[in-house]
Amino acid sequence: MTTVEERPHTGFGRTLRKEDVRLVRGKGNYVDDVRLPGMLHGALLRSPYAHAKINSIDTSAAEAHPKVLAVITGETLKGLGLAWMPTLSYDVQAVLATDKVRYQGQEVAFVIAEDHYSARDAVELIEVDYEPLPVVADAKKAMAADAPVIRDDKEGQTDNHIFDWESGDQAETDAVFANAEVVVAEDILYPRVHPAPLETCGSVADMDPVTGKLTLYTTSQAPHAHRTVYALVAGLPEHKIRVISPDIGGGFGNKVGIYPGYVMSIVGSIVTGKPVKWVEDRAEHLMSTAFARDYHMRGEIAATKDGKILGLRVKVLADHGAFNATAQPTKFPAGFFHVFTGSYDLQAAHCTVTGVYTNKAPGGVAYACSFRITEAVYLVERMVDVLAYELKADPAELRMKNLIQPEQFPYTTKTGWEYDSGDYPKALQLAMDMAGYDELRKEQAEKRERGELMGIGVAFFTEAVGAGPRKHMDILGLGMADGAELRIHPTGKAVLRISVKTQGQGHETTFAQIVGNELGLPTADIEVVHGDTDQTPFGLGTYGSRSTPVSGAATALVARKIRDKAKIVASAMLEVSPDDLEWEGNRWQVKGDPEQGKTIQEIALAAHSSLELPEGVEGHLDATTVYNPPNLTYPFGAYICVVDVDKGTGGVKVRRFIAVDDCGVRINPMIVEGQVHGGLADGVGMALMQVIAFDEEGNHLGASFMDYLLPTSLECPSWELGETTTPSPHHPIGAKGVGESATVGSPCAVVNAVLDAIKPYGVRHADMPLTPAAVWGALNGRPIRTDLAIP
Amino acid sequence: MEVTININGTPETHDVEPRLLLVHFIREKAGLRGTHWGCDTSNCGTCVVWLDGKPVKSCTVFAAMADGRSVRTVEGLEQGGKLDPVQEGFMECHGLQCGFCTPGMLMTSRALLDANPDPTETEIREAISGQLCRCTGYENIVRSVRWAAEKEASTEEVTA
Repeated sequence: MTTVEERPHTGFGRTLRKEDVRLVRGKGNYVDDVRLPGMLHGALLRSPYAHAKINSIDTSAAEAHPKVLAVITGETLKGLGLAWMPTLSYDVQAVLATDKVRYQGQEVAFVIAEDHYSARDAVELIEVDYEPLPVVADAKKAMAADAPVIRDDKEGQTDNHIFDWESGDQAETDAVFANAEVVVAEDILYPRVHPAPLETCGSVADMDPVTGKLTLYTTSQAPHAHRTVYALVAGLPEHKIRVISPDIGGGFGNKVGIYPGYVMSIVGSIVTGKPVKWVEDRAEHLMSTAFARDYHMRGEIAATKDGKILGLRVKVLADHGAFNATAQPTKFPAGFFHVFTGSYDLQAAHCTVTGVYTNKAPGGVAYACSFRITEAVYLVERMVDVLAYELKADPAELRMKNLIQPEQFPYTTKTGWEYDSGDYPKALQLAMDMAGYDELRKEQAEKRERGELMGIGVAFFTEAVGAGPRKHMDILGLGMADGAELRIHPTGKAVLRISVKTQGQGHETTFAQIVGNELGLPTADIEVVHGDTDQTPFGLGTYGSRSTPVSGAATALVARKIRDKAKIVASAMLEVSPDDLEWEGNRWQVKGDPEQGKTIQEIALAAHSSLELPEGVEGHLDATTVYNPPNLTYPFGAYICVVDVDKGTGGVKVRRFIAVDDCGVRINPMIVEGQVHGGLADGVGMALMQVIAFDEEGNHLGASFMDYLLPTSLECPSWELGETTTPSPHHPIGAKGVGESATVGSPCAVVNAVLDAIKPYGVRHADMPLTPAAVWGALNGRPIRTDLAIP
Repeated sequence: MEVTININGTPETHDVEPRLLLVHFIREKAGLRGTHWGCDTSNCGTCVVWLDGKPVKSCTVFAAMADGRSVRTVEGLEQGGKLDPVQEGFMECHGLQCGFCTPGMLMTSRALLDANPDPTETEIREAISGQLCRCTGYENIVRSVRWAAEKEASTEEVTA
């Protein structure tokens, strides 16, 4: 039996997490745990209507509440120039509504009171005179000529159109389709879902009236980016803003953007001169914070009769809600959707994406989607199965026939991505071997004979993570590079400061392992500091699986800088030329005389001592770096799902799930597996249960966990994981990033499995979530639309 | 109204509103912030504590209902500077990532093992099925509980 005492550990491999020491004791420090002297509590009044004009707001009764200190409305903010804030997509979003509300749950007024219960009471005392307006809840109706214009606040905006975007060569693609033996088309919806981390969003703002310094404790995956945006929004000087992102109870992309509640806690602290806490409840969280997906796609696939895929053509209608607030690199309004050619070697591909406003909450790029790669992978993997259906081909064989081959890497896709490395057939073969694919097909055939419904779903994905190269990728003009600072103390203990922010991924452990791997220091001797803009170098934060590809690279390189400097110090200590030294484990030693050497700890002490150093070499042992990735990294994987479907109820049981992931070099295999497990549960949830639906009036139908169903331990099988390792050739440690791989790759495996099970009923496609009602409907020839409560 | 609740062996007496939820009593009045709040509808289970030895969702219990009774929270698991085997199990088997659901999962797991020292995977999955975890996909939570069960069994053998 092992013990939980931290074992001496250096470098890569399974090691226990540093974070857990506090978290299993209930000693984490989440935003809602922050208590400051004199702290007040804020609560938001939200709109009950999806679209309504605000005629008047009467706050007098709320203000008369004995425990209320202030009530703030959009009119108050207007006077301060704060009624609107910029989004991460160069749009604006109302902080508090002034003219009209544009989605149900939109922020209308903010109450500050002595305690949380009183603040909520006073919210109920505010009277708003709303004049309901016609609602657009359906993206397909948003561009109709008679559709009400949602964004009449924007000068020159006369419809609900946001953008048109395209990728690939249209003429070339059309030519391939014109000459193809087989062309199959399908309408595919990736419905709106919500990441729903267990911790909702919140903040505690503390504006020091004397120094003018704002300290903001907040649920942020990107503290530095948030600080810069606050400086831009509020005109606060950036050096007077300190953003602290303490322990975060899950993010999944939901905590990338800036929400009105955060801004209001800041305004509240400025107005009252005291710290103000705002933490939303679950309904507020599900109704107003960043949703994901809502992509209405039409896919077309061109192929030969014997199953060689030639081309893909995609048209997307993207529902962005009432404000365009997607968080993604600026040049890509559809995120990385144009990676939709997936893992296949095609002759041509083209996509167009049109973004529209609707009376729904803003967001779109959230929920472990790697900037819309979830939608892209879902599209291509569904289309391959649709093709298999038409050709009566085995879906695994069809994929094997079309995968990019190992010798084709680096592989440039028809939409311009340069995949860095991969061995796709190996991963798919391993997944098939683990699953016992042929036996499963035999079992399925036998069951079909007996009228039982069993399905085997195959999906292959290629991810593109680690945004990104500064010349291509920025958010609001901020290039997507990340800094790292490493200091070795005189006694050989180290502190690493990074710009990214864990929400459960275990950075305090894995980043220490990267330093340990480079310098031979025990992981226990390395403290990782993150989530505090006053203590860490600038960088864009944790999302899009970018921490290891970008910040992990920065960490390896800053450690190598230390190693190089240590070499010079060691040469002074040993009185030999640096050229005569070689690095071994944790020390510089004389080539050919390994007895002569100095450990990194000995060197650290010497670097801080009176030892005479060569001309131009400063003392101490610390270094900084900024890593600008030359390319993205491209993790990939092959997933196989086995389901049983109940004919009578339409209920789906996920019996097995086999996941082979290749994310390059694994720093801590235990943590990698945990990341994959979580993503697979997401896949089961999205495929079978999760949807944020609306009625015609724009009423949100998933505003609690009784309505928005998330998978529990009973819906999830015991995951079966496999791995292959193809290092990234351009990443300093060959790692690729893995945080979102399973969320990207798994939904389609589950859907493909369910549709495979019900194939005898002539069903080629049905949209997620495949609830018992949806499956039963499909079995009975009544496929239903899942994103709207409209027949 | 005045309410006294014995939390982890320490009586906590506070003047509270009758509507105050137990989770808020624990967090705000007793200052024990290991118990989390996550959903308001008794679905997520981040707020699970023991009330007189049985796990309850403390967002669905008024503090007044716990008056004169005993509550055990995650802070009460560690005894004499020694972690409970379920805490060790969660660390050993990576049963937590963001840590937000963990206190509730630990309290349910401890209760399960007290009632059933050798649970099967299915029994563990059923025991935690009233709680949500968004990070782990549950697999490693199941393994963590099994690890704790095995540790306790082996410890008993040694002491027997």
